Amino acid sequence: MQTQLQINGRGYALNADPRTTLLDALRNHLGLAGSKKGCDHGQCGACTVLVNGRRINACLTLACMHDGDEIVTIEGLGEPGRLSPLQQAFVNHDGFQCGYCTPGQICSATAMLAEIEAGWPSNVTQDVAGAPELTPEEVSERMSGNLCRCSAYPNIVDAIMDVAKGKRT
Amino acid sequence: MTPFHFSRAASPGEAARLGRDGATYIAGGTNLLDLMKLEVMTPDRLVDISRLDLGGIEATRKGGLRIGAMVCNSDLAADRTVREDYPVLARALLAGASGQLRNKATTGGNLLQRTRCYYFYDTAMPCNKREPGSGCGAIGGVTRLHAIFGTSPHCIATHPSDMAVALRALDAEVEVENADGKTRTVPLGDFYRLPGDTPHIETTLERGDLITAVILPASAGALQAYRKVRDRASYAFALVSVAGVMRIGKGRIEATSLAFGGVAPHPWRDASVEQMLKGQEPSHELFAKAADALVANAVTHDGNAFKVPLLKRTLTAVLAELTGAKQ
Repeated sequence: MQTQLQINGRGYALNADPRTTLLDALRNHLGLAGSKKGCDHGQCGACTVLVNGRRINACLTLACMHDGDEIVTIEGLGEPGRLSPLQQAFVNHDGFQCGYCTPGQICSATAMLAEIEAGWPSNVTQDVAGAPELTPEEVSERMSGNLCRCSAYPNIVDAIMDVAKGKRT
Repeated sequence: MTPFHFSRAASPGEAARLGRDGATYIAGGTNLLDLMKLEVMTPDRLVDISRLDLGGIEATRKGGLRIGAMVCNSDLAADRTVREDYPVLARALLAGASGQLRNKATTGGNLLQRTRCYYFYDTAMPCNKREPGSGCGAIGGVTRLHAIFGTSPHCIATHPSDMAVALRALDAEVEVENADGKTRTVPLGDFYRLPGDTPHIETTLERGDLITAVILPASAGALQAYRKVRDRASYAFALVSVAGVMRIGKGRIEATSLAFGGVAPHPWRDASVEQMLKGQEPSHELFAKAADALVANAVTHDGNAFKVPLLKRTLTAVLAELTGAKQ
């Protein structure tokens, strides 16, 4: 099956079985192994990428359903010597141990901060009709789709809060 | 995954015709692909309906809201009108799944996610839903997440949607188009079937029916609440959940609708409990009486008997929240 994908600003032509998930297409067909396969069932978030600006689990979607879509993976957010603000903050705050969940955490957090900017409420937002506040509790709730089995959560939240506060001031 | 033929429908009519001929719809795919990877579901034809023009959230002439079937859960939860006029729906949506899944899951697909349990997922175990007639692994097994209402000796799985629980309390209707191009609306209360001896059939939809929208009536009450109790603080199915909508006048409950999640094969409602509350002054004695009535016919197993006191307490807490009564 032929699928055109726009990934990190570059066009890719994918020819793969329709069973191929977006995650397997990235990792096995297109040489973009930054997105990680953890559970392969949408439970851990290690595969999180941005599709048309929104975070999704790349493991739970078929590549052939994304013809023409714009995809950003961890490789598109930054690179050594030119880290994104979140990548730098994860380094500064030691927001990882083994690092396997980190690409997913950073992709997820990138989109999550945009969701807060857009005023989306969360399950812990006191007034669901009001503007959400930027608190560690909000960040934890909104990042619950990304597991870290090394349990670096406190430092992950600190890293994200740092970038978020920078954005707001 | 077993192999399948993949195509993209150009119109709802084309999708419905392919559905009538045996194809399976895929929209967000978050539940379907999960099940296909385990070969619990093995469709041989998939029709992509995610790009059909079935989006949009619009006011209806009757003062309600029409939600397109392809509106994703995160857009619905962030919608200004939903947050202001139907906060129980926004709250329920935000209590479900994760940020990533809510970006993919659609309104129609959320309703059609499978009623399920871990024995349904485990192809080494018997399951009447996965393989009719093979037996139920859950009965006599681990039943912490299982239903206490509406079950049968053939299946005790729950429908895990939070969204559907709020929609049930809001008296939502499901708009359906069939392969002949005819459109009808089905009250959500008539949309799901109890398992009986056919737990593999979960809804009243016919082959080729395509959900095109969900319709909400004008908000039935300004007082709304959704409370979900689960094993971890986020991203977990409900052990029990309660959606409540209420109107109070002159110190009395004028009307209330209550729906319950995590306790039945579909969003559960009990008219006798609502009737018991109607016209009454809120009080803890009244709430306790309503909670007792709600669980009077519960059927429990070893692992889920705790849901009876938990549901009673959650209902009491929601009624206290809605009426402003001190706990």
